[in-house]
Amino acid sequence: MADLTSNFLGIKSPNPFWLASAPPTDKEYNVRRAYEAGWGGVVWKTLGEEGPPVVNVNGPRYGVVYGADRRVLGINNIELITDRPLEVNLEEMARVKADYPDHALIASIMVPCDEDSWKRILPRVAETNCDGIELNFGCPHGMSERGMGSAVGQVPEYIEMVARWCKKYYDRPVIVKLTPNITDIRYPARAAKNGGADAVSLINTVSSITSVNLDNFSPEPSIDGKGSHGGYCGPAVKPIALNMVAEIARDPQTRGLPISGIGGVTTWRDAAEFMALGAGNVQVCTAAMTYGFKIVEEMKRGLSAWMDEKGYATLSDFVGKAVPNVTDWQYLNLNYVTKARIDQDACIKCGRCYAACEDTSHQAIWMHEGRVFEVNDAECVACNLCVDVCPVENCITMERMPAGSVDPRTGKTVSDEYANWTTHPNNPMAVKAAE
Amino acid sequence: MTSPFTPGIASGRLDAETLARNFSDLHPAYDPHEAAVAADRCYFCHDAPCITACPTDIDIPLFIRQIASGMPEAAARTILEQNILGGMCARVCPTETLCEEACVREAAEGKPVEIGRLQRYATDSLMARQGHPFTRAPETGRHVAVVGAGPAGLACAHRLAMKGHTVTIYEARPKAGGLNEYGIAAYKSTDDFAAREVDWLLGIGGITIEYGKALGRDITLDGLRGTHDAVFLGIGLGAVNALEAEGADKDGVGDAVDFIAILRQAEDKAALPVGRNVVVIGGGMTAIDAAVQSKLLGAENVTVAYRRGADRMGASQFERDLATSKGVRILTDVVPKAVHGNGAAREIELEYTAEGPDGLKGTGETLRLPADQVLRAIGQVLDPVDGLTLDGRKIAVTGAGRTFLPGVWAGGDCTPGEDLTVVAVAEGRDAAEDIHATLTGMVS
Repeated sequence: MADLTSNFLGIKSPNPFWLASAPPTDKEYNVRRAYEAGWGGVVWKTLGEEGPPVVNVNGPRYGVVYGADRRVLGINNIELITDRPLEVNLEEMARVKADYPDHALIASIMVPCDEDSWKRILPRVAETNCDGIELNFGCPHGMSERGMGSAVGQVPEYIEMVARWCKKYYDRPVIVKLTPNITDIRYPARAAKNGGADAVSLINTVSSITSVNLDNFSPEPSIDGKGSHGGYCGPAVKPIALNMVAEIARDPQTRGLPISGIGGVTTWRDAAEFMALGAGNVQVCTAAMTYGFKIVEEMKRGLSAWMDEKGYATLSDFVGKAVPNVTDWQYLNLNYVTKARIDQDACIKCGRCYAACEDTSHQAIWMHEGRVFEVNDAECVACNLCVDVCPVENCITMERMPAGSVDPRTGKTVSDEYANWTTHPNNPMAVKAAE
Repeated sequence: MTSPFTPGIASGRLDAETLARNFSDLHPAYDPHEAAVAADRCYFCHDAPCITACPTDIDIPLFIRQIASGMPEAAARTILEQNILGGMCARVCPTETLCEEACVREAAEGKPVEIGRLQRYATDSLMARQGHPFTRAPETGRHVAVVGAGPAGLACAHRLAMKGHTVTIYEARPKAGGLNEYGIAAYKSTDDFAAREVDWLLGIGGITIEYGKALGRDITLDGLRGTHDAVFLGIGLGAVNALEAEGADKDGVGDAVDFIAILRQAEDKAALPVGRNVVVIGGGMTAIDAAVQSKLLGAENVTVAYRRGADRMGASQFERDLATSKGVRILTDVVPKAVHGNGAAREIELEYTAEGPDGLKGTGETLRLPADQVLRAIGQVLDPVDGLTLDGRKIAVTGAGRTFLPGVWAGGDCTPGEDLTVVAVAEGRDAAEDIHATLTGMVS
């Protein structure tokens, strides 16, 4: 049996599945039940300053995007940080940590961007004996209008500054949670590192409007006929998150900086993908909000079974294994020539490959008498669209042309030597081979 | 109190609650979520095989996509533009041998998109909320006679009326709808749907129906030709093939089509008499409809006796499975030889058959089944109409239903082709287009 024990920044947890700071982690009742259900760690719902807590709207907080059969693909929310008094949250955190010493407990914090505010709250958080803190520089809605959340996360200098304050006034691990609502994720990640942060976690939610009511023309979720952008999360944002995690993992300036992966983790496979791209653990919210805490059981069993199958004894055996394979476009092998192949026995003759190729790609699929679909190699650029739209798995595959054969599209002999754009004759910037 | 075991032919074999359950909707309507899930299964195929398989060429992927995107009434319009009886066709089409057989998901997983039920969802949605969705073109001053208010006649009349022509339908029976009203198993057209659909269809305006007017009895083809600009014959098949077996005149021997018609018109099914032992002769949809409904009325034993193998039966696999699931026994490779009994049928004698070089022959071996009621479902034939050229036993037509008499078109079961509601609708519609083109001088 694979060992799922996780050690992230020295914080031990029985598994790498943490609940992200969000509605599911707002109070003691939920967090105790989450641990009992098997979650390895919890990042407590974001704490704010001492004093009257924030208030939430009293209408809907969530909007949704559905796939088939009302499957939740994405949720957005306009909920703010915890709306319960700081003291109440801290007392509950201390009690929970005392009862679950082997589970990770992280405090998420969002206070104004001045040193005093951080200096005030950090010792009180430390008293709870939680394992570390996460700086919420990510929420794109509500709090950002007050100069917090993503308003900080969008300014690398602020990130660096606040991270430095936190390292100064707090002696346990500091994680900076990043917003994806920026142009290049590497800048805030570098700032976090420069400020001394121990890790980054990403992504927070994506600024979004999920839908518009076409009767009253209000964005959803609608509060008395008006809507505000919310933070989008769930399976729909996973590809965005994977890329951002990978960018940080392979950036020379942040390479080795621990990452907690967040963004649409719904199954063990999603988790394994984040971890392969360099995340030391993952945080989950939408899947739990959709299916309940029990969802973690599938994640644990799935990851364990996959690790056994692949022979990985511990998480560190595969964390980061995909990072070396993430590269820039210019380094992709232009001599890798493939052609689509349609398995006629598997084909159900829907013609979607044909419509896609004929209407929107390269007119490389023939439709013969009797709805027989065949690839015209002389036109096929191997774009893969036919594979993507085919409803039958493995019916269309991309097959590599062997070295020595002639690509009928280009008339060129296929080579098995690696060659990329940097040396291609069409590239005006091509690096000339040494004379 | 009678029961399934009461001898002879008797009514009231089952209680009212059981009868109501037995004759409830065969394919219950989808609720909106079920429809959305079912619609989502459609792959939106290129040049979709289901469209090719539909006699009325409904753009099925398009209407299903309209359902999926939350516009069932717009989906209905897509359907009804091609097939004004799309509501009935959704209920009675043998989709398992038409669109759903062609569905690529049938090939892929043996479970096609449920096109028929989706079509019903769309058409029901429209009919529940909207009036008639189409508008008439300005009056042309042309007057067309349509004989028969069945699917072919109604489809033809509707399309002509839409084009601005005035239509009079001459119908022999007291109600319109043809086999939609008088044929077809009751569980396929519940809540008086056939009549409601006719009323809704007539909402186009410009159509008058004269009831009790039978061709050859009350009206003549020559007469109609003299008083109208064109004539369309959608007269169906009015006669039934005779049963060539000794004792076929005994009490208890009747036509399945009559049995079905009476059942469809009955206010109270408990009042309908049915045999304890029913034998239906034939292998088509009518035979299955009669047999299943006999069973649902409370007959103890119901047998369908067909002269060839199961693979030659006109009824689809789905229909045969439906029958056997209701407890009907399907006996193949037998022909009726005699009906025995003293005045009334008590037993039927069947002879086994074998396919030989000279066709189907009796083997000499016989069997006897108890039979209080014998229902003939061995095919219907055209009541001859003077002056028309025949093609086999049906009215010969060329192109879009043109008979060999100028100004006379025909369609539906009275012309060659499959005897299906959806085929009749297509023929009526296409004839109307041809009549319109002829009357407006676009073709001659």
